[in-house]
Amino acid sequence: MKLKQISVFLENKKGRLHEVCDILGKNDINIRALTIAESEDFGVLRMIVNKPEQTLEILREKGFVVRFSDTVAVEVEDKPGGLAEVLKVLRENDINVEYMYGFVEKKADKALVVFRFDEPDKVVNVLKENGIGILEELEGL
Amino acid sequence: MIWNEKYECMDPQELKNIQLERLRNVVNYVYEKVPFYKNRLNTYGVHWKDIKSLSDIKKLPFTTKEDLRDNYPFGLFARPLNEMKEIHVSSGTTGNPTVVGYTREDIELWMEVMARAIACAGGNPGDMIQIAYGYGLFTGGLGFHYGALKMELTIIPTSSGQTKRQLKLMQDFKPRILACTPSYALYMVDEAKEMGMEPKNSSWEIGIFGAEPWSDSIRKEIEEIWNMTALDVYGLSEIIGPGVAQECSYKDGLHIFWDVFYPEVINPETGEEVKEGEDGELVITTLTKIGMPLLRYRTRDIVSIKYDRCKCGRTSPRISKIKGRTDDMIVVRGINVFPSQIEHVLLGIEGTQPHYQIIVDRKAHSLDELEIWVEVEEKIFSDEVKKLEELQEKIKKEIESVLGIIIKVKLVEPKTIERSMGKAKRVIDKRQL
Repeated sequence: MKLKQISVFLENKKGRLHEVCDILGKNDINIRALTIAESEDFGVLRMIVNKPEQTLEILREKGFVVRFSDTVAVEVEDKPGGLAEVLKVLRENDINVEYMYGFVEKKADKALVVFRFDEPDKVVNVLKENGIGILEELEGL
Repeated sequence: MIWNEKYECMDPQELKNIQLERLRNVVNYVYEKVPFYKNRLNTYGVHWKDIKSLSDIKKLPFTTKEDLRDNYPFGLFARPLNEMKEIHVSSGTTGNPTVVGYTREDIELWMEVMARAIACAGGNPGDMIQIAYGYGLFTGGLGFHYGALKMELTIIPTSSGQTKRQLKLMQDFKPRILACTPSYALYMVDEAKEMGMEPKNSSWEIGIFGAEPWSDSIRKEIEEIWNMTALDVYGLSEIIGPGVAQECSYKDGLHIFWDVFYPEVINPETGEEVKEGEDGELVITTLTKIGMPLLRYRTRDIVSIKYDRCKCGRTSPRISKIKGRTDDMIVVRGINVFPSQIEHVLLGIEGTQPHYQIIVDRKAHSLDELEIWVEVEEKIFSDEVKKLEELQEKIKKEIESVLGIIIKVKLVEPKTIERSMGKAKRVIDKRQL
C-alpha cells in the first residue's frame, strides 16, 4: 500500500515549524514520521500523519501550501545490514530513490523507512516479490 | 565653455520664433511621412497651419511609450529603413522593446547636443574622457562617444564593468572626465581602496552621471570621495539618448537644449500645463529630428522647470533632477525595469500565479540589487526541493534574459506579499536615492 505523505512549503523563518506542529497538536493529529529538506531560502516539510486528509485541509485553511505525494513505508530488519538488503533489491531492479527517512516508532523488531520513488506502484510489486514487507496501514501503530 | 553660444545663449524671444517655425515644420513632416501621425492628427482635427503660436502645441496629441510599442518595430520611422544609420533598443513595458532609429542627420544632432552637454559640464577640447556607460543597444555609451568625438576629446571607451581595469586605466592615462551611472561611481570606491588607491587622488575632475535618479546627498558623497565635480545629465532613448539636458557647474537644474527639444511640464492626470516651478510630467517634442520625430512625448518623468536666467549665461530653461515617475518604472543599474515585464514572464511559466514583489536595494558603495519574491502556489509546489530550485532558476533565467541584468529570485509562502485593498504592492524600493 502506498502511504499519503503531506509536504508543506516553509520559508526559512523563525517559528514556522512550530506553527505547523502546533496546529496539528491542537487538532489531535499525530506525526508518525517527518523530515525537512532545505535550500538556502526555503524548506519542504514532509510527514506521515495519522489523519492525512484532515491535515491537508486544516493546513490549507491556515494558508500553507501543501500537497500529497505517494510514498511507501518499507519494513527494514533492525540489525546491521538491514537497510542495505532493501536497497540492494531496489538497485537490482533499477529503481531510483528520490528520498527517504525513518519512522519515529518501530514495529516489533522492524524499523520503518519512508521511501519516495518515481513509480511507487511498480516498487510495491517488486518489494513484495522479494519478500520485503511494507506497511499496509497506519492504524496498527 | 559654451559649445554653441548662438543657440544656447540666444535671446528667448528670438529662440521662440525659431521653435515655432520648427514646430510647424515637424507637424507637417510627420503628417506627410508617418501614417500613425497622419491618422492621429486627422482624428484630432489639427493641421500644421493651426499652429500659430507656441501655445497652440496644446492642440497636438500626446505620444506615449504604448504608441511606440504598438507600432513595433519601425512604424514610427519617418524615413525608409535604409536611411537609418543606427537603431537602438530599450526595454518596453511588456513584450516588445522600444525601438528608435537615427538617420545621419540625427546622429549629427546627437553629436551636437552631447558636445553641448560635455562642455556644459566643464569639458574642453583636448580633455580625456573615460566613458564607462555601457556601449551597445543602450544609448549611454555611444551617445557620450559621439559628443566626445565632435568635441575632439580623447576617448577611453571602457564601457561598463571590469572595474579593476577601469581604475588601472584611470590611474595610468589620467582622464579628466568620467561618464557613468552615479551608482557605478560609488561602486568603484571600494575596488579602488582594495587596489591600494586613494580615491581622493583620482585624475577625474568632472563626473557626468545619469541614466538613473540620484540625489544631492549622493552628489556630495561622490564629490568628497573622488574629489571631483559631479553633474547630472538627462536623456531618454525615445528622444535621442543622453543629451536632452545637462547641469552646469552652478548645479541649479539641468539646461534643456530647447532649440531642438521643446519641453512642457504637465499635470499627468489632466494633461494641462502646470505653473512654472510646480512638479509635473515632462513632455518633449523633437523639433528637428528626421528619422523618428515625436510630438509631445510623455517621458513619465516628474520634474519641475524654471525659466529664470542661469549665472552660466545660457538662456535655456532648467529642469530639476527627476523627482519620480508617473508610471511604475524603476531604474536599476541604469536599466529601465517595468513590473509588467516581470509579470509577463511569470505568467508565461506554466502554473505560476503572478503574486510577486520586486525589492530593490543598494547597500553602501555597491550596485543596485533586484530581488523578486514569488509566492508558491499549490500548482507549482513540489515535495522535491530540487524541482523547486529548478523552478526558481527558470524564473531567474527568463527574467534576466528580458531585463538584461542579474537578479535574485526567492520563493516565498503565500500571502507573504502585503496586499493593500486587494492589490499587491509591486515594488519595494529601499534605496536612498
